[in-house]
Amino acid sequence: MIKQKVRVKSFKINDITVTGRSDQTLLEVAKEHNIFIPTLCYLEGLSCVGSCRLCLVEIKGAHELVPACTSKIKEDMEVITTSEKIDSHRKMILSMIFSERSHTCSVCEANGDCELQNKSVELQLDHSLVPYIDSRFAIDASHKNFVHDPNRCILCSRCVRVCSEIEGANAINIAGRGINSQIIHDMDDPWIDSQSCTSCGKCVYVCPTGALYEKEISKEDVITKREIIHNLLKSRAENE
Amino acid sequence: MNKIRLATIWLDGCSGCHMSFLDMDERLIELAPYFEVVYSPYVDTKEFPQNVDLTIVEGALSSDHDLEMIKKIRANSKLILALGDCAITGNISAMKNLYGSEAVLQRGYFELADMNEENRYPSTVVPKLLDRVIPLHEAVKVDYFLPGCPTPADAIYEMIHALINGTTIDISKYTRFGK
Repeated sequence: MIKQKVRVKSFKINDITVTGRSDQTLLEVAKEHNIFIPTLCYLEGLSCVGSCRLCLVEIKGAHELVPACTSKIKEDMEVITTSEKIDSHRKMILSMIFSERSHTCSVCEANGDCELQNKSVELQLDHSLVPYIDSRFAIDASHKNFVHDPNRCILCSRCVRVCSEIEGANAINIAGRGINSQIIHDMDDPWIDSQSCTSCGKCVYVCPTGALYEKEISKEDVITKREIIHNLLKSRAENE
Repeated sequence: MNKIRLATIWLDGCSGCHMSFLDMDERLIELAPYFEVVYSPYVDTKEFPQNVDLTIVEGALSSDHDLEMIKKIRANSKLILALGDCAITGNISAMKNLYGSEAVLQRGYFELADMNEENRYPSTVVPKLLDRVIPLHEAVKVDYFLPGCPTPADAIYEMIHALINGTTIDISKYTRFGK
């Protein structure tokens, strides 16, 4: 494989001149310059897929907003990370995520420890801008340690990516189309019957909501286990 | 000083948010001079009055009666504050939407019933369930949203305090969904 030459590019984010390597994404360069862009499906150390769209930013001259996590930087581009238009788009996206499945915080395993819930605080969304869909999916509690509740899934695909890219098991995938999509194990087998799942639990500890959770575990242990996985991801990212 | 005509009501909720309201404790005494409570589970008014300044609504809309009430509340109130997750998201009340009202009635009046001599759902006196439980803002315009399950007393106090003084607050400092 011919390695592409990496160059230094300068451009503007919110009228501040920044520089980055040509193989970096907008989000990475913004983070390096302490410019905050909200994210949800993004996780340092995993590939970027732009599935949640919360990191949408505006590039001057472009017709549509683009996700910062998957956009490569270009010389002289002018990027805006916050404006009335962007904020209202982000609120609408968050509303759609909330309304698509049944995120009943008060009865959720992840209440108080949920990235989706935290986004509502961060983006100051105090009610959904679209009606709730009220779809219902079967819960898979067949695994001895873990539960998969698709009713709380936001289809961020972090679990799919961590299983493939870090654990190397490729046990999880997404099946179906549109809002009826859901994550499956192997050929849509019950989790316990999955031949490729190693029961490592990485998927559980990268899940931003309560869609994947461990049975009978204390909140303290959840935090410890999550930190271990996140540190592993970070050190892998730094070594690459 | 004209007192603020305040109404509070709970529709399909558990009354937890009203409990939280009372949990403001001694701060209620501080707020009391500003308000005249014209309709509420705390007082004994039968009919929802006219010319209400602020109505605090707890609970989601589950029945034809809830729907009728919220329309009356909207018509008679200058401002509506949706209090708690049920009023804002449907929350616990809306969990039955995943199965439908018919399934819930079936379960309650047939499968789990020790006796149901007439062998049917009650259709008089009790209100009729809507097909799906909805948050307030899917039926009427809501002016303020204060989430929480139940909304913490501090959040209610800060919100009411801000409304009295005409200031704005960042409610996310005090509450969020599920808090």
